[in-house]
This record gives sequence, structure tokens and C-alpha cells, in this order.
Amino acid sequence: MNNIQKNRLKDQLFKVWGIGCTLFALILLVFFIGDILIDGIMRIDWGFIINLPSRKPEKAGIYTALMGSICILFLTTIIAFPIGVAAGIYLEEYSKKNRLSAILEINISNLAGVPSIIYGLLGLEVFVRIMGLGASVLAGSLTLSLLILPIIIVATREAIKAVPKSIKDASYALGASKWQTIWNQVLPASSGGILTGVILALSRAVGETAPLIVVGALAYVPFAPESPMDEFSVLPIQIFNWISRPQHGFIENAAAAIIILLLITFVMNGVAVYFRNKWQKKLK
Amino acid sequence: METVIEQVPLDKVIDPSLKKKAKIEVKDVKVWYDDFNAIKGIDMNIKPNTVTAFIGPSGCGKSTFLRLFNRMNDYVEGFRMEGKIKINGENIYKKKVNVEELRKEIGMVFQKPNPFPKSIFDNVAYGLKIQGITDKQLIEERVIDCLKQVALWDEVKDDLKKSGMTLSGGQQQRLCIARTLAVQPSIILMDEPTSALDPISTAKVEELIFKLKEKYTIIIVTHNMQQASRISDYTAFFYLGELIEYGKTKTIFTNPEKQQTENYITGRFG
Repeated sequence: MNNIQKNRLKDQLFKVWGIGCTLFALILLVFFIGDILIDGIMRIDWGFIINLPSRKPEKAGIYTALMGSICILFLTTIIAFPIGVAAGIYLEEYSKKNRLSAILEINISNLAGVPSIIYGLLGLEVFVRIMGLGASVLAGSLTLSLLILPIIIVATREAIKAVPKSIKDASYALGASKWQTIWNQVLPASSGGILTGVILALSRAVGETAPLIVVGALAYVPFAPESPMDEFSVLPIQIFNWISRPQHGFIENAAAAIIILLLITFVMNGVAVYFRNKWQKKLK
Repeated sequence: METVIEQVPLDKVIDPSLKKKAKIEVKDVKVWYDDFNAIKGIDMNIKPNTVTAFIGPSGCGKSTFLRLFNRMNDYVEGFRMEGKIKINGENIYKKKVNVEELRKEIGMVFQKPNPFPKSIFDNVAYGLKIQGITDKQLIEERVIDCLKQVALWDEVKDDLKKSGMTLSGGQQQRLCIARTLAVQPSIILMDEPTSALDPISTAKVEELIFKLKEKYTIIIVTHNMQQASRISDYTAFFYLGELIEYGKTKTIFTNPEKQQTENYITGRFG
């Protein structure tokens, strides 16, 4: 066998190996989703969505947990979006490249890797106890905001970095100030990328369980939150609670709730992909 | 800012005959990027309403030198400069100088056409809008006038809302020149403006430069010897961060003083 044939064989082998790996991951996912669907799809009806939690599995619904998740998502967006994007803009456009900014940069990456339960402990100490917010929607949102801030900051920076320097140069050369250039050129050109990052971060936040348990989210709340200071539950905690019950009916409920939660994340990710594609087209 | 040139309020200067003439004096300018000495002491005077060509091999410092006039090097990490650049007697590197105001006086056209991802109209109007000008009629008049000046009007007058990115390379470059003219500068810097264009587009841009000389002082960096000899009144030859020879283009190209200059323009090195 000569060299060319050898290389070709290697090429083929790697291709087969790659297909195998991809299929393995895909099959697991399909199996998992299929299993959940079989268990839970029959359980989903309008009642399941608008009913309050109950001791009887067939009467129980996800209303309070769903509303809790939506409120948390809403508040987290309001808190994390402006702070994260502003920090990203500052780091990319304003901060001087010196040792301090290098330390900041490394630590933001570090923060993105901190286990979420640690954020929960931080939230418990700072927001629940010191600031006296209690186990409220606000305390939970602040905690999740901390958790996703590094992701938003990194995504914002990447999106801004992708804006061609020639466009910024052109703006400066016409007498635009730094802020005018950022507002009129950099942000419009990077908005798709920033939005994608924010949505992906939020879709992570909506699935988080551990930090909210630590902050004190409840497994059983008989009412949907009406103000930021109310106690709350969220979908993942409701699922966790149901799965730990012995009755079979609750297993079915858990599967149904998982389907709803997956649906929410898939839709959010879909929106993110849509924005990314649109944005990439625009930059070309 | 310490006005660089006597400032007439912008909305009164629609009539180009009011334009001021800009004289440039460079005194012992040295530039470093960190430890690298990119420009090693240059003196030069540039007369108003002339075209001056900067020539020299890649890395000789001519682009760096050009970018000193509108302070575009300010953003480069490790940039340091000594010496004075005076425009109509005012040192533009004085602390008090407002860089944004300075850049309205000194426009720049880049090597690669770089229109904004906006409509053709908005591309030209951008410089006016960032100055806070909201008078729609004034903006419209200026946009049309500038597109006519660069001979682009007839080609785009029905597509003003189309993105500037949809134009051909040559049209894009003329759009970028129109965008620069809209701010009504007195000096226009051009950094190899035709190096990314085909010969026909290049000819159009050169024709335009020739016409613009009546109203503006133009400095152009070029790698194209024929271009330098065709369009410029004065030529400066740079080598390794030094100004080797500077004089009337005719003299430089027919009877250069220095051997290095002759070698370069006849293509023996560089």
C-alpha cells in the first residue's frame, strides 16, 4: 500500500469514527426524549397547565411552578441583560489592555465555570440574608443573574469583536466619538450575536435547580407569585419534587413537566439560532 | 476644541467657494510602536490645494505618517509620537485639541472600500447626523451634491435606499469618498484608495482626485508609480521611516536627486 492509499484509508476511518460519535450522542438524546414522551405526553392537557399543585397526582398541575419560572426569567432578563451587555462593551471598547484588564478577563472566564450551587450559596448569604430579601422571586432572579452574567459578557465581547475594524475606522475618521461609533455602528452590527448569547444564557437559567433550592425556593407553593417579594417555585424544582414521590402518578406528572420545560428551552434555542443566522447574513 | 482652522458654522458652508485652504507643516516628527522606531524624524510642508503622493516600499512608514494627520494612530497599542504637525499654524497634537473636530476637517479614504452596512443615503448622511444636524432638507441636498461630486449620482439615484454593500467595489470606494466629502473637510487623506479596484474603477477615482484638487488638499499613499506620476503635484519618497526625497512630482520622476529614489521608481528594488 503506498502513501496515498494509506492517507485515504485514514481519512475514511476518521469519517466512520466521527459518524459513530455523532450517532451515539444523537441516539441517546432520541431515546431519552422518546422515553419521556411515552411517559408524559398523555398527561399534558390544559388542566395540567392551569392547575395548582396537589397531593393527588391526577389533580396536580404546574401552574405555580410555570408562573414562577416565567417571573424568574423575566426579572433575570431585566437585571442581567443591561449589566452584562454594558460590561461586555466596556471590556471590549473602553478598557486599556493592561494587567488589570487581563486579570478581569481571566476571572470572568473563571466565573463562567463556577458550579451553580456556589452561586446559590452566594445568593443565600448576600441577597436572602444580608439584603433581607428572603426566599423571594427577586432573590432568586438576582442569584441567577450572577450565574449567567459571565456568559452574557463573553458573548457580547465575541459579538463586538466580530465587527470589522474597517467600519469602526470609517466612523472615527468621519469625526464620530467613541460612543457614537458604538451606538451607530458597533451595536447594530453585533446585536444579533449579543441577542443569541443572552437567549442561550437565559435558557440555561430556566433549567437551573440547585442555586434556587439553596436560595430557598419552595417545592410546594399554593399560589403564583404576584410581586417580586413573593415566595416561588420553578419547573425544575417541581419536577425534582415529583420524581422523589413514590406514587406512579407523580412519575407521569414529572415526565409531562419535563416535556414542557424542554419545549421552553428548545423554543428559546430556536429563536437564538434564528437571530444568529440572520446576523451572519447581515455581516457578509 | 482649539479650532484648527477658522470654523464657519457647518450649515452655512454649503457653498464650496467659502472653503478654507489648509496648509500643513510637519516638524521633526518621530513615531514609535513600543520599541520600534517607525518614523525617524521627518520635516515636510504641504501646500493647499495640491495632491501629494507618498511612495515607498511596504513598511517604510508612509501609511503610519499619513494616519498622523487625522490622529488615527491614537488607537494603536504602544503608539508614541514626538514633534509637531501644524495645520494652518495649529499644532494638532496639542492636549487641548478635540480629535473629533479635527477629523471633520481632515477626511480619510481607506485602502479597502468600507461602506457602512446601511443604505447608500445613510452612508453619506452619517457624518452629518453624528454632528447632530437634523435639518432634513440640508442633509438631502448635501447627500445629492456629494454623490454628484463623485459621479455616482446617475448610477444610484433610484436606489438610494439600497444597502451600500450591494454596490461594486469601485462604486463603494466612490461612495466612501462621497461620505468623506459630506462632512466638508479641507484635507483628504487617501490610503492606497485604488489598490483593491480594477483599472476602469481606478481611472474613475483618479479622475475624481484630479477634480477634487480644486477644493481640497489631498495626500495619497500609493504603490502604483504611474498613478503617483499621473495625479500628484508633489511626491515624497519614504524608506525605512525616513523621508528620502520630496519635491515636484515631475522632478522626482525625471530627475531625482538621490540614487535610492531612482532605484525605487525605476523598479530596481522595493
